[in-house]
Amino acid sequence: MNLDKTRHLPVVTSSPHVRSTDSVRSIMLDVLISLLPALLVGVFTFGPRALVLTVISVGSCLFFEWGFSRLVHKKNPIGDLSAAVTGVLLAFNLPVAVPLWMPVVGALFAIVIVKQLYGGIGKNIFNPALAARVFLFLAWSSAMTTWTLPRAVLPWFANVADAVTGATPMAILKEGSTSGLDLMAMLTGQTGGCIGETSALALLAGGVYLLIRRVITPRIPVAYLGTVALLSLLFPKTGSGLDWMLYELLGGGLMLGAIFMATDYTTSPSTIRGQWIFGVGCGVITIVIRYFGAYNEGVSFAILLMNAFVWMIDMAAKPRRYGLRRFARLREKFGAKHAGEREAQK
Amino acid sequence: MAHSFRGGIHPDPHKETTAGRAIEALPAPPTVQIPMSMHIGVPAEPLVKAGEHVKMGQKIGDTDAFVSVPVHATVSGTVKSVGMALHPNGARVMSVIIENDGQDELEPLARAMEWQMMTQDEMIALIREAGIVGHGGAAFPTHAKIRSALGKVDAMIINAAECEPYITSDHRVMLEYADDVVAGIRILLRIFSRIRCIIAVENNKPDAVESLRRAIGADNRIKIDLLKTKYPQGGEKQLIRAVTGREVPPGKLPADAGCVVFNVDTVAAINRAFTQGLPDIQRVVTVSGSAITTPKNLLVRVGTPLSALVAACGGYREEPQKMVMGGPMMGVAQFSDEVPVIRGTNAFLAFSENEDRRVDDPVCIRCGRCVQVCPMRLLPTYLYLYASHDMWDECERMHVADCMECGACTFECPGSLHLTQMFRVAKAKAMELRRR
Repeated sequence: MNLDKTRHLPVVTSSPHVRSTDSVRSIMLDVLISLLPALLVGVFTFGPRALVLTVISVGSCLFFEWGFSRLVHKKNPIGDLSAAVTGVLLAFNLPVAVPLWMPVVGALFAIVIVKQLYGGIGKNIFNPALAARVFLFLAWSSAMTTWTLPRAVLPWFANVADAVTGATPMAILKEGSTSGLDLMAMLTGQTGGCIGETSALALLAGGVYLLIRRVITPRIPVAYLGTVALLSLLFPKTGSGLDWMLYELLGGGLMLGAIFMATDYTTSPSTIRGQWIFGVGCGVITIVIRYFGAYNEGVSFAILLMNAFVWMIDMAAKPRRYGLRRFARLREKFGAKHAGEREAQK
Repeated sequence: MAHSFRGGIHPDPHKETTAGRAIEALPAPPTVQIPMSMHIGVPAEPLVKAGEHVKMGQKIGDTDAFVSVPVHATVSGTVKSVGMALHPNGARVMSVIIENDGQDELEPLARAMEWQMMTQDEMIALIREAGIVGHGGAAFPTHAKIRSALGKVDAMIINAAECEPYITSDHRVMLEYADDVVAGIRILLRIFSRIRCIIAVENNKPDAVESLRRAIGADNRIKIDLLKTKYPQGGEKQLIRAVTGREVPPGKLPADAGCVVFNVDTVAAINRAFTQGLPDIQRVVTVSGSAITTPKNLLVRVGTPLSALVAACGGYREEPQKMVMGGPMMGVAQFSDEVPVIRGTNAFLAFSENEDRRVDDPVCIRCGRCVQVCPMRLLPTYLYLYASHDMWDECERMHVADCMECGACTFECPGSLHLTQMFRVAKAKAMELRRR
């Protein structure tokens, strides 16, 4: 067959002429899949109300994403599934006894204010789910800190009037105590806490899936968890460092934060060194808040604080330019040799 | 341990369709179209007029410029016309069109003696007279490269990485012309005395390594290094880094890192020039892609229209949606298959589907994959952001000029951004800015 030039001409574009098959949608789908184990454990632990909250949260995130794009005449973006991921993560950050309108307000805040007003996917500075969680936490503190016991029987839809509450591991740790804590329960998620944060095992399984699918790299989780582990090992509030370290690692939202929140593409550095710095920074702030802050848990604040530094971290952690020797940038900046040139440039 | 560099990607190689096929010699076509510019540098001036009879290998274009090479007739016959004609780069350039008389009457390169007796200057002059340019794609004049490197380098690297998907022409050259390659290396080793030579091959071509080893025999001046299979392993700067651990300083030549790099097929062409008196008038071209009926490796005369190559491969299986001269990562898209094979043409690919997935609304989700894969260690995500806001001075400050347009970032981008394309613009704009 010859080329028929009368019919059409082949496409001429700038190279490269092939692309990998990954898309935003395929990545977000992988993230959703990786969140499934934690969701299952959450529903098993806290009952069907957990599922109801998640569905409402996802639904309202998708709705606000669609609604906002309608309002500003943008193409409907919900097909990229990023709003669905935000929805699941937001639900994971809620106690199961919150009223059902709470995730709707959270979704509004996350999608419209934190994400879309900044320009939509890829442009937000703060993690939408985390920012919404902190907003709800500050606005409705008591509802957001009412921790029901695992396996408590809760109504599916009605407001929870008199929940049987208990202290979460983080509250116990805050007191500098470890009495009553059970590592096995913390691994499997049979403790008080938010819907999706309690089972370290399920979250780790999701993390392994993301690593295998190359959606995330181990850098941020390893730096984050490693820093928390090291600091708690060195400075236990009580008992042996090793025990204390395990409780700190498995308690609260650390696993959820380190694996799923701090690794959010848009709000974390893209340079390799930057990712290490970011993880370590999250770890340090988490421990500082847990040890000295007014709140029991510091993961959300730690990640949000570090979110604000992403651009700066990336610029500082730029990889060494090809062809330059080590520390060339430092020399360029501070070395006496180049001072004259700098003056001349000014 | 295979040598490598930081970054890079692993595109689907698609090499199996042609890697096992022996090189077929394509008979010279009835007419050849030979552009006066098939290299980086000053175009040659035509030396012949319409109606003149030329022999195969006769010089039909030349200039006095240093970074340039003469151009030769690739068939014997009559010059049909001298004028502007379509070049694979998309422009119309001065070209000589020769009607083939089918005699292949050769005018060999003028040589006074065997190369073992020649002086360094004579040898380099012969390489220039033979019109030899880099066969890897960029087509930099080889004599200019040698001159720039003389006395500065201690390592000669033979680039046999062939990291672009689909292309197997160098692979076949190593299998079938290994003796030519090694003989060419020995010629270069005489020009660069006291230098070590490393042939760098990706570790997915063990048969090529075996074939080269046999050809090298006991010659301990030549060593083979295995490279990790990844793109762009054959990029000059990545290759130097992988083989020697050195890096070429920004804006400098490989010679400044003590290295000189030649493509494996270039070396074979050098040997043909010295032993057979044959100038750079033929080369091996991989013809492949989903729209080609029988993908093949063809030995063709420079100036042969691409359509003749396709016909030799059984024609198009389907209407091609995209045609590319060169590899899918860095090759140049073609809208016509009537353009000629030039000295730097290592492949012609035709795809029945445009595999470059384009979307209406590319979006950056800041996943950072481009940063992880960039072999020049740039920050494509930030460069793109600056470039899309016309902040060319910021692009310049972030060294957009270092971008070698390998396309790794664009390949990897899940948001389907046109990163490489944007950086081409940014490089030009930054250059403009610097000139002012």
